[in-house]
Amino acid sequence: MRRPLGILLPILILIVWEIAARFINNQFILPRLETVLPVLLSPTIDILGTGSLLHNAMVSLERVGAGFLVALAIAIPLGVGMGWSRRLDALADTTIQLLRPIPPLAWGPLAIAWFSVGINSMIFIIFLGAFFPILLNTIDGVRAIKKTWVEVAQTLGASERQVLAKVVLPGAAPTIWTGLRVGFGIAWMCVIAAEWLPGTTSGLGYLTLYAYNFGQMHYIIAGMITIGIIGIAFDLLFRSVEDRWFCWRGLER
Amino acid sequence: MKLAIRDLSKVFVTGTGEQVPALDGINLTVDDEEFLCILGPSGCGKTTLLRIIAGLDTPTTGSIQVDGEALSGPSRRIAMIFQEYSLFPWRTVLDNVSFGLEVQGRDREERFAVARKYLDLVGLASFERNLPYELSGGMRQRVAVARALATEPAALLMDEPFGALDAQTRNLMQTELQEIWRKTRKTILFVTHSVDEAVFLADRIVVLTERPGRIREIVPVQKCPHPRDRTCADFVEIRRHVLDLISGGSSD
Repeated sequence: MRRPLGILLPILILIVWEIAARFINNQFILPRLETVLPVLLSPTIDILGTGSLLHNAMVSLERVGAGFLVALAIAIPLGVGMGWSRRLDALADTTIQLLRPIPPLAWGPLAIAWFSVGINSMIFIIFLGAFFPILLNTIDGVRAIKKTWVEVAQTLGASERQVLAKVVLPGAAPTIWTGLRVGFGIAWMCVIAAEWLPGTTSGLGYLTLYAYNFGQMHYIIAGMITIGIIGIAFDLLFRSVEDRWFCWRGLER
Repeated sequence: MKLAIRDLSKVFVTGTGEQVPALDGINLTVDDEEFLCILGPSGCGKTTLLRIIAGLDTPTTGSIQVDGEALSGPSRRIAMIFQEYSLFPWRTVLDNVSFGLEVQGRDREERFAVARKYLDLVGLASFERNLPYELSGGMRQRVAVARALATEPAALLMDEPFGALDAQTRNLMQTELQEIWRKTRKTILFVTHSVDEAVFLADRIVVLTERPGRIREIVPVQKCPHPRDRTCADFVEIRRHVLDLISGGSSD
């Protein structure tokens, strides 16, 4: 029952959109559905010389992937350390709380100054977007580890390294995974904005901005819908893994 | 395994710097293959005593000797079973039971063979692929027992292991534990606040006073043969004596 109901509203929006587009009758404000759909349905056709929808989506995904991997490679070990050691937490916590509220895109000018125009500054911004949710969830996950689990492992002869690898990491994994899911979502938002930085010549973010210069609203909307669909697809992927691997979550006894 | 506890005391220091004595002047010798119950009211330090023997806490003064050697930190020869929340929820029953052998670096085949042997002993052979949340409370504690036994320790420390179970399951588990003890001949230190449980299980009962815990009396139960009948005269008499010790314990 939930699924049909969830699809109802998007269909309604499409109908309202089409009616409104016919009523407004101005493709620079709201293009009609039938101009957007063909763009979505032929994702391999070149758009305004920037490459196809699919090509630009892959470019954006690669950037997100790179920034996301750097973020998790740093955030997970740091988070485990901060969750496990009070001393490391005391050392790093204030700095992290200060940096966290700064929107990743506010780093844009610095990113360009440090990494110059191009892929590296974009990866840096995506990294910042994904880093904090992963870090904070990892810290929370490690802190929520039941003391008994650790003590059982110790009495069975586990070294501290074994406790970390065989108890703390798997025990915190569901929460860390939530951090990865949220982090990926934010990274995906960041890539679109990062592709608006000067000097970019590809990606879904660039495509939408470029199409605007030509008043090609149907390309913009097709790009936005693609961004949304890819975002949902990854969220579903993360959730399905969560359901499969961490079915024990919330059932610790 | 023979355990000798000498002049052991434990003082906790709270966050405000206040000193709270938990155990005071504990002298106790646990014989090889003995089943010893430690009985006392809540907060008397009985769990603390067990944790010190497990190497999870350190005594403020005094010492513990295991077969003549001083104890320092967790030992492979001593395994502990907790009241609850002790199974790793992400590991199957088999992977839980073989955890101790895994951290010892034994290979997969060997540790699974040993784990299966002990799962069989606790009657859970057919549940090896299940995750802990799929098991009942009694079954989870059986897994915990199997996991502790799998490293083949000389002594088992049990901290109110059946405290979270319903009365019926609890009685069943007590009978099973007796059986396991008879088969494996481990030294068992069993903490409980149930007089009935202590009298049913123990060779000797160490009755502690309220905080700070001191040994009030050590009550021998050997004259009651296993399996014990809760209604036999000796059982009732010992039970009454222990109850008197506990209810009179607050006056001194």
